[in-house]
Amino acid sequence: MNIKTTLLAGAVAFAPVAGFAADLTIGFSQIGSESGWRAAETTVTKQQAEERGIDLKFADAQQKQENQIKAIRSFIAQGVDGILIAPVVATGWDEVLEEAKDADIPVVLMDRTVDAPDDLYLTAVTSDLVHEGNVAGQWLVDEVAGADCRVVELQGTTGSSPAIDRKTGFEQALEGHDNLEIVRSQTGDFTRSQGKVVMESFLKAEGGENICALYAHNDDMAVGAIQAIKEAGLKPGEDIKIVSIDAVPDAHLAIANGEMNATIELTPNMAGPALDAMEAYLADGTMPPKWIQTESKLYTAEDDNKAVYEMKKDLGY
Amino acid sequence: MMAGAVQGLLKRIMPQLVILAAALLLNFIVFPDFFHVDFRNGRLFGNIIDVLNRGAPTALLCIGMTLVIATRGIDLSVGAVMAIAGATAASLVVDGHGWFTALIGALATGAICGFWNGILVAVLRIQPIVATLVLMVAGRGVAQLITEGTILTFLNPGLIRLGAGTILGIPTAIVIWICLGAFVAFAVRRTALGMLIESIGINEASSRLAGINSRVLLVCVYLVSGLCAALAGVIVAADIKGADANNAGLWLELDAILAVVIGGNSLLGGRFSIVASLIGALIIQSVNSVILLSGMPPEFNLVIKAILILGILVIQSPKVSYIWYMLRASGPQPQPDRKTPRPHRATEEKTQ
Repeated sequence: MNIKTTLLAGAVAFAPVAGFAADLTIGFSQIGSESGWRAAETTVTKQQAEERGIDLKFADAQQKQENQIKAIRSFIAQGVDGILIAPVVATGWDEVLEEAKDADIPVVLMDRTVDAPDDLYLTAVTSDLVHEGNVAGQWLVDEVAGADCRVVELQGTTGSSPAIDRKTGFEQALEGHDNLEIVRSQTGDFTRSQGKVVMESFLKAEGGENICALYAHNDDMAVGAIQAIKEAGLKPGEDIKIVSIDAVPDAHLAIANGEMNATIELTPNMAGPALDAMEAYLADGTMPPKWIQTESKLYTAEDDNKAVYEMKKDLGY
Repeated sequence: MMAGAVQGLLKRIMPQLVILAAALLLNFIVFPDFFHVDFRNGRLFGNIIDVLNRGAPTALLCIGMTLVIATRGIDLSVGAVMAIAGATAASLVVDGHGWFTALIGALATGAICGFWNGILVAVLRIQPIVATLVLMVAGRGVAQLITEGTILTFLNPGLIRLGAGTILGIPTAIVIWICLGAFVAFAVRRTALGMLIESIGINEASSRLAGINSRVLLVCVYLVSGLCAALAGVIVAADIKGADANNAGLWLELDAILAVVIGGNSLLGGRFSIVASLIGALIIQSVNSVILLSGMPPEFNLVIKAILILGILVIQSPKVSYIWYMLRASGPQPQPDRKTPRPHRATEEKTQ
């Protein structure tokens, strides 16, 4: 409390001299770098902070909650102006969030939410996984335009929340469209090689010519499945329509090559809206809504996928 | 002599063959077109081909694993070595080297990893499970350093052919594991090598006193395991045209150990059969195939696999085989004493 007061006094004293925006120091506790998307999120967050002239203190928790809690405590001790957290698990945050609140430091959650009273954090910036599945389903409904279509589904890791929610959203979109039927659904563990293996078995069990579309819960599995479809002598994107979620660079490349039809973006730019909310709150106390949903943008062959690929490929995916 | 060898081998692998047949039959019941194979897009196309092809990584791993386990060791690092080798091959072709250089580079990395394990076990005398655990944990990090955390994709047609290509219409991976399996099985059984490995597993101290250079042999065994893992890693990377350091070979060491156990080899070392382990790998893949073809929701995958594997292990357990033996023999007969060698054991030893 004391340190914070001193620093706050210091900040107020120096404010007229040192300009305005450059004064912000924000701590960012990232989960780790378990996936390409996570690495891209880190890169984009650093870029966003640099563009705004924010001094970003970055802490990599290496998948451990205790590291995140330590990082947050050290941010509080350093008297940062705000904290961004991508929480590794949902539970066990009450105490440390309480400490941040006592120190008057606003906390913004990124990418995932936590099970804590919502007055302990400023806002949460996440994508809506159910909505993503919904967009994918809606695209397919529009694409087949009433024709009969047998769909196969590659699920994410069994029991994980993206797998459950993306499945739910897709099924919601298909409700009431009896021409679309999910004939096979199996997990591909979010990986390329399992996506390929499971697609191979789908192609044999159903017969490649009887499958009209593939819905994959992430792009990696779709990229694996594309290879299985090619090896079976069919044309991915034409004989079998492919829609998946995430919009990683390789998916844009596949769409540009006509081997895939659509992907829904899980934007790595969670920091943009998060920092917007943080800056507005620090400037004049504007309270943001408790949940900021990021856009789930649909990319199809009509977009300039080559350009998006070039832009995204260096983000660390 | 040769006919006797074949007969001995058949006797040894009969339980595994029966289980494999049962697993394939289960596939056939679930999906009647299971044995249907046709020629499509310049390659053999069918579920049975998939079993052989998708079993390739486990089959390659269990060749090396069988040898390691025969020396009373274990190699937990094979999955991580796969990731390292795949990453090495991918980064070499991305840097503009040819596929052959990439393959040699990957195999060399695998050999170095195996050599490292061998030194820890044979020279520093660290318990194998701990010694190889080091590389299992650290190896995936090394692979991520090589790929810089991304899935490193490549388009080199030569390298891709190793995983996704065909030789005379047969997927390359099948040709590779069958050839390597046959070569190693032949090498250990047509020379004294197999017997020396077994003797280390049974009693290392007395083997050393008998004049066997157990240290060199142990290092070599781990080195072979590393090489097999590297080859598997290259095939897996080539199959998806990319090195996925996070997921390549993840938990595959456990499948390889399971294949060796299903193959009827003891984890306490000693007598081993590579052919039986390879059939074990095919049994595991057939079980995976049943799960995929059954169309059951994925929540049941692991439960089905666990039940089937448990069934297989129960059927193979000594107690159950003794009950079988008792049921088949009319009237009570004395239980064979496992401590004294059975009369035909001498011939078996030579022929497997």
